[in-house]
Amino acid sequence: MAKDILQKPGAFFDQFDRKGGAQKTTHYCPGCGHGNAHKLIAEAIDDMGLQDRAVFVSPVGCSVFAYYYFDMGNIQAAHGRAPAVGTGVKRTRPNSIVISYQGDGDLASIGSAEILHAANRGEQMAVFFINNAIYGMTGGQMAATSLIGQKTTTSPYGRTVENEGYPMQMAEIMATLRAPVFVQRCHLADSKGIMDTRKAVRKAIKNQAEGKGFSFVEILSPCPTGWKMSTHDACEYIKTNMLPIFPAKVFKDESETREPFFREIPTLTDEQVIKALELGMLGEPQPRDEKFLKNFTTMKYKFAGFGGQGVLTAGVILAATAMQENLQVSWIPSYGPEMRGGTANCSVVLSKDPIGSPLVVKPDVLAVMNDPSLDTFENDLKPGGLLIVNSSIIARKTKRTDIDTLYIPLTDIASKMGLTAAANMVLLGAYLEYTKLLPLEHLKLIAPRGLKRKELADKNVEAVEAGAKWVRENITAKKTKAPAPVA
Amino acid sequence: MELIKANEAVVKAAILAGCTQYYGYPITPASEVAMASAKYLPKVGGTFLQAESEVAAINMVYGASGAGARVMTASSGPGISLKQEGVSYMAASELPCVIVDVMRAGPGLGNIWPEQGDWNQVVHGGGHGNYKVIVLTPNCAQEMCDLTILAFELAEKYRTPVYLLTDAYIGQMMEPVNFPKERVKPARKDWALYADADSHKNLVSSIFMSTGGLEEHNIHLQEKYAEIEKNEVRYQEVMVEDADLVMIGYGFISRMLLSVTEILREEGYKVGLLRPITAFPFCSKRLEELAGQGKTFLDVELSNGQMLRDVRLAVGKDATVHFYNRMGGIVPSVEELTNVARGYLK
Repeated sequence: MAKDILQKPGAFFDQFDRKGGAQKTTHYCPGCGHGNAHKLIAEAIDDMGLQDRAVFVSPVGCSVFAYYYFDMGNIQAAHGRAPAVGTGVKRTRPNSIVISYQGDGDLASIGSAEILHAANRGEQMAVFFINNAIYGMTGGQMAATSLIGQKTTTSPYGRTVENEGYPMQMAEIMATLRAPVFVQRCHLADSKGIMDTRKAVRKAIKNQAEGKGFSFVEILSPCPTGWKMSTHDACEYIKTNMLPIFPAKVFKDESETREPFFREIPTLTDEQVIKALELGMLGEPQPRDEKFLKNFTTMKYKFAGFGGQGVLTAGVILAATAMQENLQVSWIPSYGPEMRGGTANCSVVLSKDPIGSPLVVKPDVLAVMNDPSLDTFENDLKPGGLLIVNSSIIARKTKRTDIDTLYIPLTDIASKMGLTAAANMVLLGAYLEYTKLLPLEHLKLIAPRGLKRKELADKNVEAVEAGAKWVRENITAKKTKAPAPVA
Repeated sequence: MELIKANEAVVKAAILAGCTQYYGYPITPASEVAMASAKYLPKVGGTFLQAESEVAAINMVYGASGAGARVMTASSGPGISLKQEGVSYMAASELPCVIVDVMRAGPGLGNIWPEQGDWNQVVHGGGHGNYKVIVLTPNCAQEMCDLTILAFELAEKYRTPVYLLTDAYIGQMMEPVNFPKERVKPARKDWALYADADSHKNLVSSIFMSTGGLEEHNIHLQEKYAEIEKNEVRYQEVMVEDADLVMIGYGFISRMLLSVTEILREEGYKVGLLRPITAFPFCSKRLEELAGQGKTFLDVELSNGQMLRDVRLAVGKDATVHFYNRMGGIVPSVEELTNVARGYLK
């Protein structure tokens, strides 16, 4: 024969020490629905043996003190943010049972974004929404769920459609989303309502334990103090005034059919992590000798051209090649006000000493891939500097007479190889062959690294070689007034 | 050694520091931090989640931190403004986390170019209540790595949010970075929620309703901040010892001031550079000392003088502090700054 055991659920503290004062009673007003709702949740957690795993997100509002009562992990959330806080907890501890508990101001107003998106992500949590159509803790102000005509301290003449719109029907909104597994509205106005709520609470928590997803239970709850009614009248008010607007029913239930999902957190070794982070791609530096480093004079570069001509990458590859010599390097793309002339450009600095400003205003070497770049930066090049002009695209010659200039058909050379985009590599190959600043071999080593399309790796090396070849074949009188690289 | 964008170095360093969670909302110029997190965190068993808002993001960070994770977020000016409520809650609940602020120009929507106008809202607490957070100001990609790792350590040691306050330029730069070869394995925290029997009595909260309870908590926090000021001041000095003029700047500006220092030293001027690495705690004592030696100062900022107030407080009313600034995303050239400094040296 069934036996009734009447006792406080184990998921409640036996004595409410966190509360101070009268430690056996709650802080809720007589007739308030929170007590019932708390009890149904505590009982379900207890019966399912989930107490150790449970994390209760205490909201803002009358139930801000839920942590007084629930003997489980507790985290207090800012107004409206419980579903976001719960998300952080759940993602960190997939084994946790997250109980997000919010009132109407919390969930339906200030936190409407958080609840909508947590629901839409199908966040694995149980959300209990206590709808009493009023702000209790704050002093009886209007809620998004207050009824039309309802008088509150901030709708003293009654809520009107014209001024505040219609009561927010959160369960209905939740049910329109695909992700939630279970959406029900119930009430605490009578025994049957409480028993329905009990079932809904248990289903929501069970769903989470079984990895079924996001469950939403809206609970119409009496607030005799806020409504200025007797307990009895408050319960009647739910039945006669609230239920017609907020019907108690199951809006969505896919609990039986939903595939369970459990997020697993793998454990990786340090080696696996290093590999996942793609570290060590450049390999170890292969410096030539100490003399090279010691005598190196700081070099400043500007690479400029259309987006897509690879000028930014050219700068990166040059910097990476210089790292092979243990040089200090910096690379910075055009950004902010110095983005001018409709060109993409980057600054590169190579130095044996720590680099101050990485922005290059007066470069030692300027490489231009298109006309606007030449127009914009031509006058910035240092006297005696080296200008490299992509003569495939730029027809005109420089007006400067105090510089060394190479006119190289970079785009044509690259196109002939069948990869126009490799003009930047032709540029670097030509530059290093011309100046011998860094070993061409290092450039060929670096150029293919980090390419997503491996078949392009060979092409890049080919392009470097093509640039170098062009210089060998076309430039006889080497150098020049360009800043002397140290051999 | 890697050649890496500073905004990405933060993410790889964070993962090596044991960070497993990133919650954020994209904003230029901090988006690379989100994108790199999205790329790498799932590969190492971590969580990247693009939140519906900055507000939600910081509250997810709050939840993850409460659950014991090493967790990070990143944003820029307007986004940091939105996060401030959550930062106040985290400071009050004594939850560790790392927040990267890649500053852009304001106020309002402003523009996406570099500025240093977030000093006030980050260093002096932009949220409500009596709290402070540790603020680190990297000026190169290597520091974006090293200070990220330090940020996670300090955040847990002092149970506080820690900011990396940087700017659009530093974030965009690529420089060589040496990463550690091992991943930090953080110890279990006795206060966090692990969803198990040993932690189920734990409470993460910032509400103190008992009489005097909140005052007591505030006093505890202030004692903690005093401890941080005692132990964690960091700064870099370049040729300050014999300098007549000490230039002060952080982040990208400190790189330019390094160039200025080199140029003016070659010209024979006695000029030096003091670069705060921690914005809170601030190098006030050192500045006071230098002022006592009779040095003159030049504070350079990409703001209306937000750090200047801290400098002036530190050096006292008798010291001479010059100020040079640009705002609205305009960055001075090295030449411009050299001329300004030279003007005070003649």
